[in-house]
Amino acid sequence: MSAKKVAAKSNVSAEELLGHYREMLMIRRFEEKAGQLYGMGLIGGFCHLYIGQEAVVVGLEAVAKEGDKRVTSYRDHGHMLACGMDPNGIMAELTGREGGFSKGKGGSMHMFSKEKHFYGGHGIVAAQVPLGAGLAFSDKYKGNDNVTFAYFGDGAANQGQVYETYNMAELWDLPVVFVIENNQYAMGTSVKRSTKSPSLWERGKAYGIEGEEVDGMNVLAVKEAGERAVAHCRAGKGPYILEVKTYRYRGHSMSDPAKYRTREEVQKMRDERDPIEQVRDMLLTGKHASEDELKAIDKEIKGVVNAAAEFSKESPEPALEELWTDIYAEETV
Amino acid sequence: MAVEILMPALSPTMEEGTLAKWMVKEGDTVSSGDILAEIETDKATMEFEAVDEGVMGKILIAEGTEGVKVNTAIAIMVEEGEDVPDAAPAAKAEAPEAVPEKAPAVAAPAAPVADTTPDWGDDVEVKQTTVREALRDAMAEEMRRDEDVFLMGEEVGEYQGAYKISQGLLDEFGAKRVIDTPITEHGFAGIATGAAFGGLKPIVEFMTFNFAMQAIDHIINSAAKTLYMSGGQMGAPMVFRGPNGAAARVGAQHSQDYAAWYMQIPGLKVVMPYSASDAKGLMKTAIRDPNPVIFLENEIMYGKSFDVPVMDDFTIPFGKAKIERAGDDVTIVSFGIGMTYALQAAEKLAEDGINAEVINLRTLRPMDTETILASVRKTNRCVTVEEGWPQGSVGGYISSVIMQEAFDYLDAPVITCTGKDVPMPYAANLEKHALLTADEVVDACKKVTYR
Repeated sequence: MSAKKVAAKSNVSAEELLGHYREMLMIRRFEEKAGQLYGMGLIGGFCHLYIGQEAVVVGLEAVAKEGDKRVTSYRDHGHMLACGMDPNGIMAELTGREGGFSKGKGGSMHMFSKEKHFYGGHGIVAAQVPLGAGLAFSDKYKGNDNVTFAYFGDGAANQGQVYETYNMAELWDLPVVFVIENNQYAMGTSVKRSTKSPSLWERGKAYGIEGEEVDGMNVLAVKEAGERAVAHCRAGKGPYILEVKTYRYRGHSMSDPAKYRTREEVQKMRDERDPIEQVRDMLLTGKHASEDELKAIDKEIKGVVNAAAEFSKESPEPALEELWTDIYAEETV
Repeated sequence: MAVEILMPALSPTMEEGTLAKWMVKEGDTVSSGDILAEIETDKATMEFEAVDEGVMGKILIAEGTEGVKVNTAIAIMVEEGEDVPDAAPAAKAEAPEAVPEKAPAVAAPAAPVADTTPDWGDDVEVKQTTVREALRDAMAEEMRRDEDVFLMGEEVGEYQGAYKISQGLLDEFGAKRVIDTPITEHGFAGIATGAAFGGLKPIVEFMTFNFAMQAIDHIINSAAKTLYMSGGQMGAPMVFRGPNGAAARVGAQHSQDYAAWYMQIPGLKVVMPYSASDAKGLMKTAIRDPNPVIFLENEIMYGKSFDVPVMDDFTIPFGKAKIERAGDDVTIVSFGIGMTYALQAAEKLAEDGINAEVINLRTLRPMDTETILASVRKTNRCVTVEEGWPQGSVGGYISSVIMQEAFDYLDAPVITCTGKDVPMPYAANLEKHALLTADEVVDACKKVTYR
């Protein structure tokens, strides 16, 4: 479904569109800055950028309520920003500083926020899938109506533990939305080179799990599908799968020479399907916002991102004592 | 405002690279995402994209230049209509100074002093109980005490436990808290760890620890490391338990002792009880502990009976070894089923006039090395006993601690008695030889006492 059709159908308010625009732009600008800081040697190790996939988390966070949980892979900066974590704390974790969400001890791939119910940031491909089902298990055990979003990629979709989890999640009716962020490349291997399955979400049918494919470049389409998924889970009907077709513009990580796809393919996506441009068009053609208003938003976001970058440079490195803390929780007996 | 474009680091290890080719020329308008240049790293040729929009003002490093250090200014971007500054300011590296390579200023926390108080007082009544019953009683008591504790695993519910450890628990606590899983160790270990992140206190039963190898990624990467990686925000208060080590005639894939494996992991606590009182007191402590605990049981020990104190709430703290038999001539250190051989050997040695002190470690992490060292300073000799393999063994670690902390007290090298360095054979006679015997422990003790 095209962006315009969804917009026309769902009577989206200017306020909502502006909200999506702002949140997606925040992720994009943040990630561009992170890439820049990586290039300057301020961020080390692995750094996986979310540029191009912004509509996925922004659309789904729009249907989450307080108490809902989320867990994802190592490509996690966008998820953290979308659930409301402070950009300063995220950027400072990327630079390995005291002011980071994990006090500099986790890094880009391992960040958490108990306050925002963000359960990581996991570096082992697909580990977050059973962990997410476990979070949903804890909510069902406690008898509330919270839902967990367990995000994973098309690469993780070939891991055995995903199917072990599908089986138990459906068996026990766990309130978990499995979000397959199909960005079409598992590192350098395209979906076509890793499976003959024509669709990833349909694999859930073998376990009795309902699901659907979603246009992940269209934030409104994502949100609409997210509403169906969450309603299914909150009604106690068990898990739901969303296969969100998306695209990452940047390499798998910062050190990806990107020889597995053409420059033209990436450019075509950017020109024709960009999630932020789509919303921008809707805002302008629907006369919901003027060029100047959008420029002002852009400027404001650049300010927030630049402040985060400054914070991440000025925050001190963790004290050496931190080496020995947080290995064990204190006994509470 | 003019902005310097710096030579980027394009891999975790890149320090310099070749500026292979400029894809823009001076005066070109550039928007974010455009490729500025091709840069050869130690790994590959990579495209370098523009982050900001503007006009390429001046190229400072010509294409084809090799050995361009990361963070060197390679070009200057200006805004539309802006002049290029005359001289490029010298590029300054913004990366923090590398930490000088020296030993960290902070030492690891000191080991606790040996605690020799008995597990229960002389006036407490005791009751003969099997290890199996003790484990079941401990779980039941803790499940009554805390609604968030639940048991999950293969055959723990309707079947009443593959080894009957969970007998009666389904009847008392219901299917919500005693959960039969499909045969899917990796999956349910991950789900249980997620449930622990979510605030519950799972007990995960592995039918045997041999099958936990399918789940070891979640045990280590998810359960043990998350507290540290989250800067102390969240961890996994849970117990992974089940029989470990050789049973009888079940062959190589069902007979491995994992004590040394798990003992190596910071973030895990590792328990290996010997007696029924150990099993009960330590299981209750394990369930209450806010960290992931590996609880290594033994099938052969399940049916053995020991005195267990009749108390409302009997617990044993972690990191507290028990001197099962006092002696002056040689220290024997063991844990779990290894204690059987250690105590049998001590009996035989006593007949020859050698008084062995036998230490039951009970927890391997934290390990009560103070009790071991205090004993070795008295006996000047040590023999360790375990069923696991020799290379990278628990005994190997203990002997290194003794060498580093009590070298001057030793009158003989430490001998580590272990299982043989072979996969477990099936044939009865071979299996017997693959395992440890009390006689081997006796021989080792005679060797270190020069008798």
